[in-house]
Parts: sequence; C-alpha cells; structure tokens
Amino acid sequence: MTRRLPSTDAVIIGLGWTGSILAEALTRAGLNVVAIERGPWRDTATDFPTTYAQDELRYHIRHDLFLRPRQETFTFRHNANETALPMRAWGSFMPPNGVGGGGVHWNAETWRFLPSDFQQRSHNIERYGKNFLPDDMTIQDWGITYDDIEPYYDRFEYLCGTSGIAGNVKGVIKEGGNPFEGPRSREYPTPGQKQPFGPTLFAKAAIETGFKPFPQPSGNLSQAYTNPLGVTLGPCTYCGFCEWFGCGNYSKASPQTTILPVLVRRQNFQARTQCEVVKINLDKSGKRATGVTYIDSNGESWEQPAELVLLCAFQLFNVHMLLSSGIGQPYNPSTNEGVIGRNYSYQVTSSVNAFFEDKIFNPFISSGSIGMCVDDFNGDNFDHGELGFIGGGYIGAVQTNGRPLQSTNLPAGSPSWGADWKKLVKENYLRTYQTVTHGGCCSYRDAYLDLDPTYTDAFGRKLLRINFDFHPNELKMSQYLTDRVADITQKMGPKHMDKFPRTGPYNSTIYQTTHTCGGVVMGADPKTSALNRYLQSWDVPNLFVTGASAFPQNAGYNPTNTVAALAFMAGDAIVNQYLKAPGRPLVQA
Amino acid sequence: MMRQAACGLLLLLATAGTASADPDGQSFDQISRGRYLAALGDCAACHTIPGGPLYGGGRPLETPFGTLLAPNLTPDRETGIGAWTEEQFVAALRDGKFPGGHLYPAMPYTYYTRMTRDDALAIRAYLATVEPVRNDVVANQLPFPFGIRASMVGWNELFFTPGEFKPVAGKSAEWNRGAYLVEGLGHCGMCHTEKNFLGGDHTSRALQGGVLQGWFSPNVTGDAHTGVGGWSVDDIVEYLQTGHNRIAAATGPMSEVITNSTSKLDHEDLAAIATYLKDTAPQSGAAPVPLAANDAAMRAGAAVYTDHCAACHAAAGTGIVGLFPSLKGSSSVQSVDATSLIRVVLEGAQSVATDPAPTGASMPSFGWKLNDDQIAAAITYIRNSWGNAASPVSAGDVGKSRKQLSQATP
Repeated sequence: MTRRLPSTDAVIIGLGWTGSILAEALTRAGLNVVAIERGPWRDTATDFPTTYAQDELRYHIRHDLFLRPRQETFTFRHNANETALPMRAWGSFMPPNGVGGGGVHWNAETWRFLPSDFQQRSHNIERYGKNFLPDDMTIQDWGITYDDIEPYYDRFEYLCGTSGIAGNVKGVIKEGGNPFEGPRSREYPTPGQKQPFGPTLFAKAAIETGFKPFPQPSGNLSQAYTNPLGVTLGPCTYCGFCEWFGCGNYSKASPQTTILPVLVRRQNFQARTQCEVVKINLDKSGKRATGVTYIDSNGESWEQPAELVLLCAFQLFNVHMLLSSGIGQPYNPSTNEGVIGRNYSYQVTSSVNAFFEDKIFNPFISSGSIGMCVDDFNGDNFDHGELGFIGGGYIGAVQTNGRPLQSTNLPAGSPSWGADWKKLVKENYLRTYQTVTHGGCCSYRDAYLDLDPTYTDAFGRKLLRINFDFHPNELKMSQYLTDRVADITQKMGPKHMDKFPRTGPYNSTIYQTTHTCGGVVMGADPKTSALNRYLQSWDVPNLFVTGASAFPQNAGYNPTNTVAALAFMAGDAIVNQYLKAPGRPLVQA
Repeated sequence: MMRQAACGLLLLLATAGTASADPDGQSFDQISRGRYLAALGDCAACHTIPGGPLYGGGRPLETPFGTLLAPNLTPDRETGIGAWTEEQFVAALRDGKFPGGHLYPAMPYTYYTRMTRDDALAIRAYLATVEPVRNDVVANQLPFPFGIRASMVGWNELFFTPGEFKPVAGKSAEWNRGAYLVEGLGHCGMCHTEKNFLGGDHTSRALQGGVLQGWFSPNVTGDAHTGVGGWSVDDIVEYLQTGHNRIAAATGPMSEVITNSTSKLDHEDLAAIATYLKDTAPQSGAAPVPLAANDAAMRAGAAVYTDHCAACHAAAGTGIVGLFPSLKGSSSVQSVDATSLIRVVLEGAQSVATDPAPTGASMPSFGWKLNDDQIAAAITYIRNSWGNAASPVSAGDVGKSRKQLSQATP
C-alpha cells in the first residue's frame, strides 16, 4: 500500500549537481523542497576522508561509489539484429549513486561548449551543405545559443571556483587561453592549475607545431576559493585520485564542497536518502504531474505530492523514469517519430601511449583535470571539407593520474603478466606519458533508448534498453584526432609510441567515458524534442528534466559545465517566470 | 501595529518601572532582551535536548560526580517553572537556591550571581513566553553522598562568592561590559577555568583552561602564547560570531556555544568580551623553548605530518582560512594540556558551520590508521614547529586518551 505524504512545493528526483543547484535556487526563492535520492548521504570527512580516499582497489576496481547493477541496470545491444542482454557489471560508463551524484567522482574538467555546438545541424549544413551529413544522422540545434547560456556557465564556474586561463573575454583574445572558446564575460575565478612535466613538454611541442596550448579548465582548484554562497574550497594537492574517487581535501568542486553546506541549513529543504523514486504520477489529463511515488529502504511505498517535479537523475535514469511513467511519446526508430529515448549519444575518446628513454614524468603528480590542451580540432574549428566527417574534440596531455594498479602501460607486444611484465612496468612507469583525444558524438536514427521487452528491475519495471554503435563519421574523426595528437606527442621525443584510435564496434564492457547523453532532448520543436529551452517538458509543464539527457548530441568536451549551466538557466526560468503562472508552458509549442 | 505596541510598552514602563517581570506578557522590550540574554547565557545548551522542545529540559549533564538532568524551564506550572515567583527565579539564578533546596553548581549560579536583577527578570519574562512542555524531570541522578542537596551548603561556603558585578573603576565601559558578560551570564570559566577535586573553580587560574568531558577548553586569557593575546579584538569577534577566523576553527563543545549563543550576540558585546579577555592576566612564566628539529620525536613527527597532515594543514602549518585551521601560531595547538589535540587526531572533528561561515569542514579520524607513537610524534612536531613551542606528547598520553575515548559513552 502506498501512503500519501503532505504535499510540497517541489520534489527533486536525484540530489546530484543539478538537483543541488535547483534545490538551492528554489529554497532561496522560498519554496519548500523535498529531494529524494536513491543512494546514501555523503560527506567528505565521513565518506571519503583523506585517510582512505586514495584506495584504488576499493574505488576504481570495485566501483565503491557507483550504483550497484543489482539495484538498477540496463540492457544493451548494438542494433536491432541483436537481442539485448542486461549489464551485470559496469563497463564503458559508471552510473553514479548517492548525494552529490557524479559530482562526487568526476574529474572536474570544466569545459564550455563552442558557440557552433549549439547549432550543430544548421551550422554544418550552412558550411558544408546538406548532403555532407549522412542520411541517418539526426543531429539537431539546441534551441538556445551560446549567448543564452553564457551567464549560466559563468554562474557554475564561480560556484565551483574553476581554475583556468581565459582565452576570450568579451571578444578579446587572451594570450595563454583557448583562442577558440566563445566569449566569456570575465576571467576564471582562479588561475589555471600548475602543470607537471608531461603537459609542459607537450605544450612546448604544440607551440613548436604552431598550436596554442592552454591549461585544461579545472574544478580541482589551483588555490583556495570562497564561492558566492560563502562556502570555501581548498587548493588541490595533485594527488591524482579524482575520477571515480571522492576528494578528501575539499579541493574538487562538488555539491558537497559548493552547495550542500548552505542547503542543509535551510529550513525549507529536506533530503530523503536511500529512497528510490519509481514513478512520476500524472493526473487524469496526463498533462500535470501530481508528484512522485518512491520506495524506502524498508520496502515501504510513499506518495510525495508536489506542485512541481524536477527530474534530476543521471541521463539514462531520466529517460527510464519518463518511459516508466508514461510521460511523452516514446521514440520509434522505424518512423523516426516520438521523443523519449531519441538521440541517445556518447563520446569518442582515444589515446596515444608514448614511452621515453630519458624523461621522468612522475605521473603520480596529477589531478583529474590537469593537462595542456589544443582545441584546433574541436567542433568546427577546422575545415572538414576534405575530411569526410563533422565534429571533433580537444586533444592534449591529460594524464589524470599515476595510480599504481592502472598505470601499467607498456609498449604494444609486451608480456601481460609474469616476471618480464613486472620488470617492464618498473622500467616504464615513470617514463611513460599518455596523450588523449576527447571527441564528440553525433546522434543517429538507430542510436536510441527504449524499454526492454524481456528484463525487469527489482521494482518490476522494464529495464531501459540501450541501442548504440559507433558510426563511420565518429570513427573517422577518432582516427584523425589521434593522428593529430600523435604528431605533437612525437615531438616530445619518445623512443616508442602506440596509437589507439577508437575502433568499432562499440564495446560496452571497456571504460571509455561516462558522458552518455540524449533521450530527453531540448529543442524548439516538440516533434523532435521532449523539452523546451528551459528544460520544461512540452507534455507536462510542471515537470522539468535536467542533465545531459537534454543534449541533442554530444560535443567534444566534458559535459558537466553545460549540464550545470542548463540547470541554472532552468532555475532562473522557474523562479522568475514559471512561478508567476505555475503550470503554464514557458514556450508556446 | 508594532509602533502602537511599542508606544504602549513605553507607557507601561513609565508607570510600572523597570525592575519588575512582565505582569501581563506584553513587555515586548523586556521579552526580546530576555531572549537575547538567554542566548548569551546559553541556557538552551543544557535545558534543551537537541531536536527536542525548547527549554523542555531532560538533557543529561555528565559531571565528575555523576549525572544530572537539566530541569524543565518552560512555563508548565507542574513540571516547569510556571508556578515560580519572581523571587524564586532570581534566587535560583543568583543564589543557587530553588523551591526544592540547593542547586548543584552544574547550574552556573556561581557566575550568574554577578548578573543584575533586571537581567534576571528579563530572562524570566522571556521564558514565560515559550511553549509550555509537560516533562517531569528528576534532575538529581547523583549517587550517595553527592545526591544529598544539603551538601551544597558546605560547598557554597567554600567556593561560592555571591554578589552582583561591580564595575572596576579606571577601566573603560567596554571593558566593564566584557567583564560583566564573561564573569557573569557568559560563564566562560565554567569550562575555561580548571576545577578542583570538588568541582570548584581554581580561581587563581581563572580562564587559563581546564579539562571537561574529555576536552581541554583552552586558555582564553591574554597570554600571547597559549591564550588569545595573539588574536586581535576583531579575530575574537569573528571567531565567536562565525566559529572561524584566520587561525582557528571551533569544534567540540565550543561549536555548540557558538551555534546557540555567541553567533547570536551583538557585535558590541562580542567586542566587549574580546577587550576584557585580552586584558586578563597572562599565565606567568616564560614561553617554553621549542624542541630541536633534529630531536628524534620531531623527525618522526615531521614524516608523519608530511604524509598525513600537510595536504590540508599545509607544509608550513598555515592551513586554509575558513577551511583548515592554522597550526602555526595556534594557541590551542600550544596548550599546556594536549587533551583536545590528541582527541581531535584520534577521533577527527567537525568544525562548526554558521550562516556567515557555512563550510563546516571536518577532519577525519586518524585513530584507526596511526598508532600511539605516530600520533604522539605528529602532535609533538606541530607543537614545536614554525615558531610553536610546547611540551612534547608521549605515546602513553595518546594511549590513555585512546582508552578513555573508547570507554566513553557517545
């Protein structure tokens, strides 16, 4: 039996970055907010203290911070000719869990997308012609421009204290920054992180090649910073335990280090952890959300009525929640109609391992967003006319760690076990550096999310099914980007170099990136988007859906800054527009 | 409406005088002053169970002689103090006497005796307005012979000097206000003055620090080395207001004092407290000489510090303002008694979060990771580096604390 609780102004599903950002905005505006989180509460000193945060076995190998697949998982297939099977262990991406969400275990690479990324379809057609895009490519414009989102990028960066060197302030190109970035309204809140030897050497080689390398924008702070909410972060210690780990030093921007200390002091905020929302409830019209139903850890079922529902879970779970709740028309790949599950996309990463005779890199001196990058091959920063693909990514010397269990790269053909392997690891550990590419991914008609016909979860819901494979456009791009980063890496003077461009088919069992996106995309046309520009559902106006699920396709940058900026933008729209006439669409379809 | 009420109040005050408790519950000025004074006296710290009804009583107070339960101060006539007369209330605060006999000095009447009758009545007027709670608290849980309240007659003879505060001539009004607050309602010495074996103050060592409930409440005299002599008035005000300043971060019992009491006080009163504290007699004797850097314990401590402490507190011990306290120049790090320091390393600690300083950063526990020798070496090192100087801590000291903490009920 489901018991009904007193109604609240707003219910938030998932207390990660976007849930925290919206909870802060709405409680500040005076609303009563209840956040429901499926995982545990997490505090720095209690849950990932410096005394054991750097436990590679626990966090990296055994996935301690992530959702247990036994609690919720997905099925996967490459295409309609295969039968999807459940993922029983995480592989190519890591679904977050618990308060802080992915903000606890991210690398804190805090990029903005390029202005042209927001008009990827119209921009590329304008430059290269309609026939340049493959028929099955379903990339779309976002329904917003870079100028629309710029103030919110700024808000997130100043919340986090992001460390970087601006390349473009109000249209003025700055030395030392990324000359390709969109104009920013002001400098970064803190200077770029210090760079260890590998990135320094790469930057020198890049300059010699004629590029303009710049430090990767970092949420691991170069110096102490107090944000506009009054919360203080410490300087990064370059321990190199960022991605898949919580930061014990209060130096990585996360909801814990930027928002939650203020939020928990507000009387109109409540969080219920270890509670899994199983459904968003609708009234009889199907046009209004009445709240959510959740199950607590005792197995008890509760209805939390609310005037406003904010779906702030991880991208894949947002799609699953809408499909399970019967909200919006599910996407049908055979007709290319419907919106929920449409345009599922990913990112395409690759690497080059370089082995040196005479150079000692001390790779353990690092941070998750250390590195010197080159942006000449991202988005449409270069002419694709002769290349036969669109899109790109940043390339750079971004070795985020020297963790002992993982950092055993050896030249191709080396033994993979035994005494010889040990000897080679010993010889190479300090003398190896990895350079990388971080490419975007277009969306396609056959890459989508739907409900699995066979497998169900612990609550009896059909599992979400992922239908995805790489397409030639992305594989060509990866080859091209890998060659470009290899050109620069070669100038660093290695004795040997191995290139690993991404090749198909997509392997769901090998970690690549957690940057899944799409499925509840934003846009200007309700026929091809689930959300308007304010992340408001076209179908259910008192429902807003945050996260990378709103991306119509993925750019060649880490997505968190854009995810957070969109949440700030939605928060402003809710407080300044929506609440004046609750329940109304902010954009007329 | 408010203005009319205030006018009415002025009339009332003009006719009734000021030295009377609020006869009809409308004395806005007196009630709000009483609320402020109740915060200043931190009455809620003992008389409210955290999360329980305000002033509903029942919170256990552990004393070296046994447990007392703080009484119900709500206006409930049967189980609270609703039926008390003004005289009874004033006598309880200032003389340690109540309708049932003598109070135990866990109630700081030895300090409250310095407060004016007006202030006592304001608190009374405020307490009369809180929600009555029916909660029959049996305060006295002490074992024989301490359970006999009459024993307090003798105790009072020895350790209680009743009498209202008398301003000291030649000192500024601010100094005198500070003295009134520190020695009276603020009852700072309740924790910060060492107690003798019968629980009375060692008055000759007033405010020089004392151990209570497993914490060493640090020296808050003007001593430049172990007290607040090195802090400016602004440093002290900031600390009391926010829990943090350029050197320190409050934790342990002081967190509660800041949350419930000092963060709610006027800047003027905090500055007065600071002015007075800075002028209190410094500890006699020269500052100790630091251990040599090549001392064996110092070398071992430096290694432990680099591996486990420096990431937050920085190689030079400077910490991060608002986040990690500075160890360099910290009077509490250089305290004569290292009880709190050992405890914080063993158990970890959460610094207080306040509205102006909401971060509330925490230090993790190192008790499971470092052994007694390592902890002793690290503490000895921080007490004798970067210009700090204090007695070394032995592995035995750490082991003793470890044992006590493991036996203490949480």
